[in-house]
Amino acid sequence: MTTSTPEFPRKRRLRFSLNRQQVNGLIWQIVVVAIAVAIVGWLWSNALHNLSVRRISTGFAFLGREAGMPIADSWLAYTPKDPYVRAFIVGIVNTLRVAVIGIVLATVLGTLIGIARLSANWLLSRLAAVYVEVLRDVPLLLQLLFWYVLMQGLPAARAAWKPIAGVFLSNRGLVLPSIPIEAANLWVIVTVLAGLGALYILWQRLVAQQMADGKARPLWPYALALLVGLPALVSFGLGASWTITMPELRGFNFVGGLTLAPEYFALLIALVTYTSAFIAEIVRSGIQAVPRGQWDAANALGLRRSFVLQRIVLPQALRVIIPPMTSQYLNLTKNSSLAVAVGYQDVVSIANTTLNQTGQAIEAIALIMAVFLTISLGISLFMNWYNARIALVER
Amino acid sequence: MTSITDAPQNPLPFNTRSRRTPAGRVIRWLRTNLFASVTSSVISVLLIALLAKAFFSLVLWGYWNAIWIVSGNQTGPCRSIRGLGACWAVIPEKYRFILFGTYPFAEQWRPALACLTFVVLFWVSSRRYWWRKELVAVWAAALVLIGVLMWGGVFGLSYVSQDRWGGLPVTLILATFGLAFGFPLGIVVALGRRSKLPAIRSLCVLYVELIRGVPLISLLFMASVMFPLFLPDGVNIDKLLRAQIAFVLYAGAYLAEVIRGGLQAIPRGQHDAADALGLTYWKKNGLIILPQAIRHVIPPLVNTFIAFFKDTSLVLIIGIFDLLTTAKTSIIDPAWQPFSVEVYVFVGLIYFVFCFAMSRYSRQLETQSRPS
Repeated sequence: MTTSTPEFPRKRRLRFSLNRQQVNGLIWQIVVVAIAVAIVGWLWSNALHNLSVRRISTGFAFLGREAGMPIADSWLAYTPKDPYVRAFIVGIVNTLRVAVIGIVLATVLGTLIGIARLSANWLLSRLAAVYVEVLRDVPLLLQLLFWYVLMQGLPAARAAWKPIAGVFLSNRGLVLPSIPIEAANLWVIVTVLAGLGALYILWQRLVAQQMADGKARPLWPYALALLVGLPALVSFGLGASWTITMPELRGFNFVGGLTLAPEYFALLIALVTYTSAFIAEIVRSGIQAVPRGQWDAANALGLRRSFVLQRIVLPQALRVIIPPMTSQYLNLTKNSSLAVAVGYQDVVSIANTTLNQTGQAIEAIALIMAVFLTISLGISLFMNWYNARIALVER
Repeated sequence: MTSITDAPQNPLPFNTRSRRTPAGRVIRWLRTNLFASVTSSVISVLLIALLAKAFFSLVLWGYWNAIWIVSGNQTGPCRSIRGLGACWAVIPEKYRFILFGTYPFAEQWRPALACLTFVVLFWVSSRRYWWRKELVAVWAAALVLIGVLMWGGVFGLSYVSQDRWGGLPVTLILATFGLAFGFPLGIVVALGRRSKLPAIRSLCVLYVELIRGVPLISLLFMASVMFPLFLPDGVNIDKLLRAQIAFVLYAGAYLAEVIRGGLQAIPRGQHDAADALGLTYWKKNGLIILPQAIRHVIPPLVNTFIAFFKDTSLVLIIGIFDLLTTAKTSIIDPAWQPFSVEVYVFVGLIYFVFCFAMSRYSRQLETQSRPS
C-alpha cells in the first residue's frame, strides 16, 4: 500500500432501496394493520347499522337526561330526578370510596400477616400461612357473597350487637360514632395536611444538613407546631366543633353517627381480606429477598428485632415489594366492580343500569373504560414516583 | 483451641438426656418454636386460647349440632337450630343441581365424565414427561371428547343444547377453553410486543393495556350486551360462546404479559446464535427462544391459571350457569333459602381443591427449578 492514496471513509449515500428484511417487515405491518382496520371497520359498520335499526342515537347527549334510578348509598346529594351525569359522579365517588379505604386497610393487614408468616413463633406463622392459602384459593365473588349473606344474617337493628359503646352491628350495617364535618372542620384538616407536607420538606432539609455536618437536629418542635399548634389555632379561630355524635336507635333505624351499609361493608371486608392475602405473600417474599447478612450485621450491632425490621430490612425490602404491590392495588380497584353482585352502586353498576335503561351500550362501556383507565394511570404514576424515590441510588 | 475440646462437656446434662427421650424432644420443640421469648409465649397462649374457642364453636356448629339429612323438603328441624348448627342436609338435596345445573337428570353421567376428562387432562399436562409436541394432540382429542359428551347427538347420545349446561363443567369449560385459545394468542401478542416493527408493536400494546386496564366485568357486559350490536343481522352467537370469547381475549392479554417476562429473560446471545444459523424469525422463536422463555415462567403461568380459574365465577353477573351461579340459584328455593352459608362452603371447597392443587404444583416447580 502506498501512502500517496489515503483512503477516506466513503460518504454514506442515502439509499432508497430496501433490503429483504425491511421489505418483509413493511409487508407484515401493512398486512396486520389492514386486517385490524378491516375488522374494526366491519364491526363498526355493523354497529352503526344495528343502532339505526333500533333507533338508538349515538353520543353522550343522554348524560343530561333524567336518570330516574335510585341510589341508596351515596355521600353526595342525589335524587332520582338528577341527570345521568350526576349518577355517574356518585358512582365514581362510590368506587373511589371503597377502593381507597380498601387499599389502605389491605396494605396494613397484608403487611402484618406477611410479617407474621415469617415469625419465629410456629403457631403464628402457620396460622398466617393458612389464612393466605384459604383466601387466595377461593374466588373473590364467592367470598363476597358469603360475607353478604353473613351480614344479612345479623340481628335486626333492635337487637344489634354492641361490641363497644356507640358501635352497632346489625343487618342495617355497621354504625359508628362520627364527627359531623363542616367547613370549619375541613379547614382544620386541610391545615393538618399542609402541615404534613411542610414537615416532610423540612425533614428532608434537616437530614441533608445532618449529612453535611453530622449534627443531629430535632424535628419534634416543628412537628408540634405544624401538626398541633397551627391546627388548634385555626380550629379555635373558626370555631370548629368536634363533638362526637353517638348513633341512637330510634324506631327501626339508627339516627346520627356514620352508617356503613351492609353492601359496602361486605364489599370492603371481602376486598380487604382477599387482597391482604396477596399482599402478605408479596411482603414475605420481599423480606426474604433481603440478604441474610443484613440481619446478621444488625444483630451483631446489638439492635432490637423490631428496630432491625423497621430501619434495616423493610426499607430494603420495599424495593422488591413496590412493583407487585402496584398491581395488587390496581387489582383491588378493578375488583371493586364486583359490587354489582351485592347491589352496591359503584360506577360499573350504575353504568350497567344506564345501559339497560337507555340502550347506550357503547357509551356506557366507554365511560367505564375511561374511569378505570384514569384510576389505573393515577395509581401507576403515584407508585412509579414512589418507586423512583426509594430506588437504590447506585454510587 | 480450647473451646473445641470443651464443647462436648458444655451442654447441661439435663439437655443431653432430654434430647433423647420423646418427651424431651417435644419440650425442646415447644421451647424453640412457641415459647422462645416472653412476647412469643404471650402470643402463643393468646393464639391457643383463640384457636381453641374457634375450633370448639366450629365443631359445635359444623358437626355436633349439625343436621345431615332430612326427608324431602321438611326443613323445620334445620330452621329450629339455625345459628347453632349447620344444615348439611342441603348438600345431598341439591348437589346434583349445583354440580350439573339443569342438564337432563338421566344424562348427568355425561357432564360427570367430562369433568373427569378435564381432571385427567390437567394431570397429564402437569407431568414433565408429557411436555412435548404430542401434548397438543392429547389436548385436541380431550376437548373433542368433552364436546361429544356435552353436546351428544352422535353415537346414540341424545343432543343437549348449550343452554341446559351448568355447574362444574361450565366452569371447567370456560377456564380450559379460555386458556387453550388464550395461550397461543398470548404468545403471538407477547412476540408482537417485542417486535421491531412499530405498527405491530403498538397494536399489541394497545390490546394488552386496554384489556388489563378495565375490570373483567365490563368485558363480560360488553360480551353479553354490546357484542350482538357488532354483528351483522341474522348472526346470533350463543351467550356462553360470547362469554368464552371475552375470556379468551382476557386470558390472552394477561398471559402475554407473563410470557413477555420470560422472553425478556432470554439472553441476547441466544438471538444472535439463532440469527447466525440463518434461522427465520418464526423458526428462531419457535425452536430456540419460546421453549426457553416459557420454561422460565411456568410458575407465574400457573399462578395466572389459578387467577383465571377463579375469575370464571364472574359469569354469575351476566347470568351464565357456572358452578357459583348454580349454587346461588339452588338456594332460591324457599324451603332451603336460609342455608346459603352451607352451600357456599361446599362450593368454596370445590374451588379450593382445584386452586390449592395448582398452587402446590407451582410451588413444587419453583423448588425444583431453583439451584440447590
